Amino acid sequence: MLATMKIEEFPAIWYQAANCGGCSISIFNSVSPGIENILIDEIIPGKHINLRFHTTIMAAEGNAAVRLLENSKKANEDNYILIVEGAIPTAKNGTYGTTVNKDGKRVPMATQLQSLAQDASVIIALGTCAAFGGIAAAQPNPTGCMGVDQFLNARRITTPLINVPGCPPHPDWFTGTIASLLLYGPPKPEELDEYKRPKTFYNKPIHENCPRRAYFEEGKFATSFGELGCLNELGCKGPVTYADCPLRKWNNGINWCIGAGSPCISCCEPGFPDLVSPFYQKLNATSLPL
Amino acid sequence: MTKIVIEPVTRIEGHLRIEVITENNEIKEARSSGTLFRGLEIILQGRDPGDAPIYTQRICGLCTTSHSMASALTLDSAFGIADEIPDNGRILRNLILGAAHIADHILHFYHLATLDYVDMTRIANYDGSDSTLNSIKRLAEADELRLFTAGHEGDYRLSDKANMELVAHYIRALEMRRKAQEMLSIFGGKMPHNMAIVPGGVTTTPSTDKMLSFLWRLNELRDFINNVYIPDILTIAEAYSDYFEIGAGCGNLLSYGNFELDDERRFLNSGTVSTKLKPSPLDIDKIWEQVKYSWYASSTTGRHPRQAETKPEPNKKGAYSWIKAPRYDGKAYEAGPLARIMVNYANGNQVVKNLVDSALAQLKLSPKAMFSVLGRHIARALYTKLIADAMPVWLLQLRPEEPAYIKSTVPEQATGMGLIEAARGALGHWIEIKDHKIANYQCITPSTWNLSPKDDRGQPGPMEQALIGTKMKDENTPLEIGRIIRSFDPCLACAVHLVTPKGGNIDTLHIT
Repeated sequence: MLATMKIEEFPAIWYQAANCGGCSISIFNSVSPGIENILIDEIIPGKHINLRFHTTIMAAEGNAAVRLLENSKKANEDNYILIVEGAIPTAKNGTYGTTVNKDGKRVPMATQLQSLAQDASVIIALGTCAAFGGIAAAQPNPTGCMGVDQFLNARRITTPLINVPGCPPHPDWFTGTIASLLLYGPPKPEELDEYKRPKTFYNKPIHENCPRRAYFEEGKFATSFGELGCLNELGCKGPVTYADCPLRKWNNGINWCIGAGSPCISCCEPGFPDLVSPFYQKLNATSLPL
Repeated sequence: MTKIVIEPVTRIEGHLRIEVITENNEIKEARSSGTLFRGLEIILQGRDPGDAPIYTQRICGLCTTSHSMASALTLDSAFGIADEIPDNGRILRNLILGAAHIADHILHFYHLATLDYVDMTRIANYDGSDSTLNSIKRLAEADELRLFTAGHEGDYRLSDKANMELVAHYIRALEMRRKAQEMLSIFGGKMPHNMAIVPGGVTTTPSTDKMLSFLWRLNELRDFINNVYIPDILTIAEAYSDYFEIGAGCGNLLSYGNFELDDERRFLNSGTVSTKLKPSPLDIDKIWEQVKYSWYASSTTGRHPRQAETKPEPNKKGAYSWIKAPRYDGKAYEAGPLARIMVNYANGNQVVKNLVDSALAQLKLSPKAMFSVLGRHIARALYTKLIADAMPVWLLQLRPEEPAYIKSTVPEQATGMGLIEAARGALGHWIEIKDHKIANYQCITPSTWNLSPKDDRGQPGPMEQALIGTKMKDENTPLEIGRIIRSFDPCLACAVHLVTPKGGNIDTLHIT
């Protein structure tokens, strides 16, 4: 019986830096397991991910919240999963994003995150901002934002990192990554691609499995929204975007960007948004696969 | 005098610090400040105007749909096609926005606000057979329920039974808000950050099967709103009735109106109203942004948003916020569901009047009680019901397989404006296009209105006014502050950054 099984707790800290909250909202949209299961149940029998700190939903506030963060870190040194949402502002000594420590001292998010990252067992950079800088780091990058990987490299922090990008990331990409961590520990290098993304989810270009692919082969292209045809002329970045959206679809498998007649904007690639915009401008033909 | 600092303020969107000065347990001064600045308006400069909805959605992952809508209306007007949007496009936009507001308000009440009134740790007393509640009980017994533990004793007044029911509804509401986002994605593509709303209409073409799928998710949500959400807010209202007298705020409300029914009319009217309930039409030219207490050059104060300039001056003396102070006719105005509801109540909208009057009759209160912490929550719930009841009518006005989009081109030079109601209140976007590119883009979000600092004349912002004068039962656990703040549903993602104000001879008390 599950009830008598010893339950292994996996403490986790969810840290929000220069974010918009969209990654959290996307994970709240998780189905099987639902967010309710993630918060209270063992998502793998006998294994419970124990979220200790998440400022959007936690009951505590003010110093009680800060204490919870610092105590969770101390009590689980080298044994907690750190989930980062948002990019890290580093310009002007990090003063564009600040928070307080438990003594009430004002500290840059960058300082707090560095300390959390050093002592984590593994880090998940959730969303394109945390993975690569994303929208927060778009030109002219007024706050000097950067993704976790770049941030850690500059500080020689070697904690294992998994990037789960997307603006927002699909909830399955997150729950699948967590389940793999709980069952098998941090991924082996060959399980991640060159951008440290799990190959399970970011393996094939959108274009390869797109239901509008046949139109592309026939040379039938939509020139205005609402028309049938491949969305290449309308700026679709599916050929240069690696994710399983066409197969998995979004929001309980109900729809996805191209399903709504809208081109892919390449939201899970390191070049988002500067290298893939204007979003509705046709992709340079030389970058299309043969 | 004592200074109380709450940072981070949790269960809101974004990074917020609140500081109040108290004397004899009464709040004398209040300062609200965001602690993160991202500068999306700066990032937008020089970009393709058509991309603005994609960028501005990412100002906020909660208000995302509202930003795409305000941005699309702004571009419609700049591109000169505001009167040419196909009916299908207009209706689909309304349905997408309505779905977003339903999801947002359920999330706000259950997952951001209820833990101010419900004590999840009392689950230890539960002896029923509900598997979800027993899972929570197991966590509590293993001392692993820390995410849902406030960390202090508090003024929690519900009976064990009502408290437990609210905990069960908290869990059920997670599923319901998810379903509202699924409903949105039927036409919007995905959530958060929908892909369908663009200048010219919507990229999706409606079909009967999608309409049916939308309708039956909506039916399930309406059942939840009528039979769970509204009864729950009334349960809390009865137990915490003194919160109809706490947090009144500035007493001036402003709404831009929402949901275009045709080129002229909106489902909810724009306007302003005060506690005397005499409505006035909205005059956009009366909006000015003031910056005496904000970190922007004083030479830029008193401007209309379409001429606004963002000239940061981080070390400006006397300033304490990156939020500017928008004022209407020189006064502080509150935005939000309360404003939407009361503007239309005062205008004699019969459906709104019936909803409000029947809730007030049940609670034996007068309309003035709506200007309060609980009034804001009740207005939010009634608004959710109001739009969910209207949406099936809009849905059936769609014409399947007909266009929802009209093509347009980016002019060399133009200006545009889009005013809507985001879930959290009045949202305005302004654009200036030069050489086919974005020369200037300005947003005034509802939280800019509500969380604004003092203006040039020294008048505090609406939330600061709601805090000032509040008597606290216990300064060490000032639950009143959190309850007042969260009644506004603050959303800070779009702005701002704060420098610690100078301390002086007062004690700093970090709440525990």
